[in-house]
Amino acid sequence: MSVTLWTWIFVGLSFSLYLFIAWRSRVKDTKGFYVADRGVPAHANGMATAADWMSAASFISMAGLISTMGYSGGVYLMGWTGGYVLLALLLAPYLRKSGRYTVPDFVGDRYESNVVRVIAVVCAIFVSFTYVAGQMRGVGVVFARFLERDVTEGVIIGMLIVFIYATLGGMKGITWTQVAQYWVLITAFLVPAIAISIKLTGTPIPQIGLGSTLKESVAGEKGLYLLDKLNQIQTDLGFSSYTDTFVGGWDKANVFFVALALMVGTAGLPHVIVRFYTVRNIKAARWSAFWALLFISLLYLTAPAMAGFARYYMIESLNGKTESEIPQWFESWQETGLVMWFDDGDGVVRYSNEADNEIFNFKGSPAEIREIIASHATWKATRGAEGIDGRLLMREKGIAGPDRDIIVLATPEMAGLADWIIAFVAAGGLAAALSTASGLLLVISSSVAHDLYAKIVNPDADEKKKLLVGRATIGVSVVIAGIFGIYPPGFVGQVVAFAFGLAAASFFPVLVLGIFSKRVGTVPAAAGMVVGIAFTGFYIIASVYGGMKPWTFGIFDHGIKPQGIGSIGMLLNFIVTLGLSRICPPPGQAALELIDSVREPEGVGPAVDIEEAMEH
Amino acid sequence: MLSLLAFWALAGLGCGILFADTLNGINIGGFPLGFWFAQQGSIIVFVVLILVFCLVMNRRDLKHHEEIEDEENQSGGGI
Repeated sequence: MSVTLWTWIFVGLSFSLYLFIAWRSRVKDTKGFYVADRGVPAHANGMATAADWMSAASFISMAGLISTMGYSGGVYLMGWTGGYVLLALLLAPYLRKSGRYTVPDFVGDRYESNVVRVIAVVCAIFVSFTYVAGQMRGVGVVFARFLERDVTEGVIIGMLIVFIYATLGGMKGITWTQVAQYWVLITAFLVPAIAISIKLTGTPIPQIGLGSTLKESVAGEKGLYLLDKLNQIQTDLGFSSYTDTFVGGWDKANVFFVALALMVGTAGLPHVIVRFYTVRNIKAARWSAFWALLFISLLYLTAPAMAGFARYYMIESLNGKTESEIPQWFESWQETGLVMWFDDGDGVVRYSNEADNEIFNFKGSPAEIREIIASHATWKATRGAEGIDGRLLMREKGIAGPDRDIIVLATPEMAGLADWIIAFVAAGGLAAALSTASGLLLVISSSVAHDLYAKIVNPDADEKKKLLVGRATIGVSVVIAGIFGIYPPGFVGQVVAFAFGLAAASFFPVLVLGIFSKRVGTVPAAAGMVVGIAFTGFYIIASVYGGMKPWTFGIFDHGIKPQGIGSIGMLLNFIVTLGLSRICPPPGQAALELIDSVREPEGVGPAVDIEEAMEH
Repeated sequence: MLSLLAFWALAGLGCGILFADTLNGINIGGFPLGFWFAQQGSIIVFVVLILVFCLVMNRRDLKHHEEIEDEENQSGGGI
C-alpha cells in the first residue's frame, strides 16, 4: 500500500473517532460548554492540557528548530516546559479556587472593573487568534504533502471537523477529543523516534540514543558518539558546533530573556489556564498540572533526540551525493519547495554554511516553484547562457538550507521507515493542530460570549441564549481562523512571539499580583497591563516591521531579540503596578474577600460553594 | 514553595543557561552537561518539582482539614 492510502486510512479513522466522541459528549448548559461540568478527572485533564498545548508548532516545527539551532534550540524546550512550574505553583490551584469560567472573568472581578475585564478580553482574543491561524495552516500543509490535496481543501476539512465537535460539545467535547488526540499525536511522535534511534544507535530509548555511540555499520568506526560526530560534520561544513553554547546572535543574555519570556508567557496563556477550571477541585487542579507536564515532557524529551537524528540524516544523506544517489524522499519534498537543490553544474550536492551551499527552500505557489526549478535547469544546461541561477536568486532573498518544518515530517522518510509509520506521523500532525485549534477557539468563544455578552452587553440573558451566543461565536471564529489558514498573513511565524510576549507582559503580572497582593487595586493593574502591552507591542512591531535595531540597553553585547522582549515588558508591568499601588487606593471589600477565598485551603471557607452562589 | 521556585530557577535558568558554557566542559556519556541540562535535564527537574509540590500541598491541605475538625470536636460543635 502506498503512503497516501495509509494516510487516508489513518486520517479517516482518527477523524471518525473525534466525531464519535463529540456526539457522546454533547452538552446542554453553559457550565458544560465552558468548563466541562467541572467533572474532568485530573489525569484526563492533564492529557487534554498536553494536547491543547502541543500545537502544530510543537509537533512539526520544534524538532526542526532545534535541529538547525543546536544548543540554543533548548530555549523552546526549557521555555515551554518551565512555564508549567510557574503555572502549577503560582496560578492554577488559586484560579480554580476562584470558581470563575475564564481568565478575564477572574481579572475583572478581582480588580472590580469592566475596563480591566475588557483589556483582558482583547488580549485573550488577540493571543488566541494569532495562534489559531498557525494551526489551521499546519492542517493545510499536512493535507498538501501527504494527501496531495490543495492547502485550501485541507483547511476546509479541518474547519468542518473542529466546527462540529466544538459547537456540539463545547469544552466537554473538546476535552475528550483532546484526550484521544493526545494518544494519536504522542504515538505518532514516539514510534518513528524509537525506530530511528534503534537504527542509528541500537538503543530503543531516543533520549539515551542521543547520547550514545553510533552503530559501527552506520558510522564505519567503533565507539563514535552521535553528538561528537554531529559536531564534527557541522564544523567541517562551516556550521557552528551542535552542542556549543551561545553561538551567533544567541548570546547568554538573549537565551536567558527568550527562555524567560516563553516560560512566563506559557503561564499566562489563556487557553492553558482555562483547562484548570475544568477539574473537580483544587487537589485535582494541582495533579492535572503534574500530569500535563509529564505527558508534555514525553514529547519534549523526545524532540531533541529527533532533532539530532534528523540533523545527522539531513547532512549525511544529501551532502556529497551525486545526482543518481539523491534519495527518493528528496524528490517528493522538492515539489513542495520546502527543500530544493540548485546544482552548480558538477552534479554533486553540497550542503554547507558557506558560499558553495546548494540546498535551499522557497515558499511560493506550485507554479512559482516549478518556474524557478525549470529556469535553473535551463541555466545549468546552457552553462549560464540562458535561465537564472537559482542559487543567486535564493542568496539575494537571504534563504539557505531546507525549511525547518519538514524535519519531523520528512525524517521517517529519510531513515527509510515503513510507509504506515510515515502516514501515521501525518495523522499525528493533524491531531496536534486540531486539538490546539479547538482549545483556542473555545477561549475566543468564552471571551466574547461570557465576558463580553453575558457580563457586560446583556447581563439578563437566559441560559439558552448564552449557550446560543457561545456556539455562534465558535462558528464565526472557526471561519475566521480558516480564512487566516488559507490566506496566511505573512507574519504568522513572527506573531507567535508576539502572543507569548503579550501574555508575559499582560496576564502573568496581573494574575500573580491579583492572587498574592492585597494592596494592588484597579488603577495600578490597568496601568501595568497597558504599559506592558504597549512596550512589548511597540518593540516587536518596530524591530520586526519597522527595521528598528534591537536595543542593547547599554549592557548586552547583542540587541535583545523580539521573542525575548516580553521578559522586559513583564518587569515594566511589575514595576509600574507596584509603584502605583503605593499611591492609589487599595482594592475594595469584595475583591479582598475574593483574595481570601482563593488563598484559603479548600473546604474551609465559603469559597467551595462559590459556583452555586454566583449568577453565571 | 519559595524553595521549589529556587530549584526551578537553578535548573532551568541556572544550569541550562547561565552556567551552561562551564558545564559543557564536563561530559557524561556522549552528552556535554550544559547541553544536556538545556535539552533534557531541566525538563526532568520541572516534572519532579511539580510532583513534589502536589504531594506537599495536598498533605498540607489534609493536615489543615484535620486541625479544623479537631478544634470543632473540642469545642463540641460543628459549623
